[in-house]
Amino acid sequence: MSSIGTGYDLSVTTFSPDGRVFQIEYAAKAVDNSGTVIGIKCKDGIVLGVEKLISSKMMLAGSNRRIHSVHRHSGLAVAGLAADGRQIVARAKSEATNYEKTYGEPIPVKELADRVASYVHLCTLYWWLRPFGCGVILGGYDRDGPQLYMVEPSGISYRYFGAAMGKGRQAAKTEIEKLKLSEMTCREGVIEVAKIIYGVHDEAKDKAFELELSWVCDESNRQHQKVPDDLLNEAITAAKAALEEMDAD
Amino acid sequence: MDLDLSAPHSTGTTIIGVTYNGGVVLGADSRTSTGMYVANRASDKITELTDNVYVCRSGSAADTQVISDYVRYFLHQHTIQLGQPATVKVAANLVRLLSYQNKNMLQAGVIVGGWDKYEGGQIYSVPLGGTILRQPFSIGGSGSSYLYGFFDQAWKEDMTHEEAEQLVVKAASLAMARDGASGGVVRTVTINAEGVTRKFYGGDTLPLWHDELEPTNSLLDLLSSSVPEPMST
Repeated sequence: MSSIGTGYDLSVTTFSPDGRVFQIEYAAKAVDNSGTVIGIKCKDGIVLGVEKLISSKMMLAGSNRRIHSVHRHSGLAVAGLAADGRQIVARAKSEATNYEKTYGEPIPVKELADRVASYVHLCTLYWWLRPFGCGVILGGYDRDGPQLYMVEPSGISYRYFGAAMGKGRQAAKTEIEKLKLSEMTCREGVIEVAKIIYGVHDEAKDKAFELELSWVCDESNRQHQKVPDDLLNEAITAAKAALEEMDAD
Repeated sequence: MDLDLSAPHSTGTTIIGVTYNGGVVLGADSRTSTGMYVANRASDKITELTDNVYVCRSGSAADTQVISDYVRYFLHQHTIQLGQPATVKVAANLVRLLSYQNKNMLQAGVIVGGWDKYEGGQIYSVPLGGTILRQPFSIGGSGSSYLYGFFDQAWKEDMTHEEAEQLVVKAASLAMARDGASGGVVRTVTINAEGVTRKFYGGDTLPLWHDELEPTNSLLDLLSSSVPEPMST
């Protein structure tokens, strides 16, 4: 579905004759070329996972985080240009703080998603701004239960049971659809997400990667946090074992 | 005893808010005074902020009316944005932000009460300085001084609606008997999952307390039975 929009793609304030804004579509390509990012909604919370492609062996493990806490109860996983993602996270944090200062209660996840989406969309309306070259998956747990939202560079935002962005998104979505999410706890979900990310990682094209996992669930006291190390290791072991099984076939 | 008709209208007042098993009951007297003169003997001091949140007002009538208007406006927008009714906590917080940030200019002591699906019935007290405090029950206004001991003895957790309503009416009428700045009728508003109910208790329905006289007809009635003698020179 990609086509060159010669002449109509120079500015984000130009429509093509068939009603497309090419600059936004190009921004989406930046997201498509990044490492896979997954989010799933289990019965007791949300799990976010990122395939963080390592560009250099000199990088310290755990640096260049792609999953950020926006508020006590929610986290944002970023796909695409990391610097753009940082900007979105900063804005989301600020929205969450301001909301709580004015209204006296934590920002509902739906409201937070609306505000992030509005902000991303804002940057597609002016010629002197470029669209964000990143998409985010927002997972949070508020009084209405766990919720998962995905915001694309166009500013579109939907609520999901399972969402994926980046290189391996098609394969990841297929795998997610096979899962029985409504019956799964987050503890089980963490293992599944690890398996999926290891599964969609392309050994030939990309080199090493680091798996980043976070959750917000009943077990974490409804706080968004990195998955505890012991569970993380358990997940990685299970994921590697699952890969071997596949290869063994 | 000079009538100072240019003194600011003050809701001298007794206001009460009480939680019960299933919601809240808000109650207030109806006297608005301008100095010694009763400007309105039947005022409604319990004001709507949203369908599910009301506020009892005491202190300067003007200040509390303006605060209520602002908060009603903000809550309306908030409800549209959120897509569901605002919570009582949010309403109370907006009231206290206005109260605290403008404390030098305002004289407003209010009690915010309502019902929402997350926390059920709640009462939030926002007195003069702009503190916000959630309580199972709250009293305010000049008449409340006479009710502290009464509530210490009479309050209990998890009352039924009838018990809560009777408690509020009894308390208001006790305060009205002793406080010169409170009087008139008692109005109550009940808020729960089903909605809102307003009740009115006229002076003749309220109990009489120590040293209060029964209403009697005028003694002049005794004179009118005989034809008055025309005055001579």
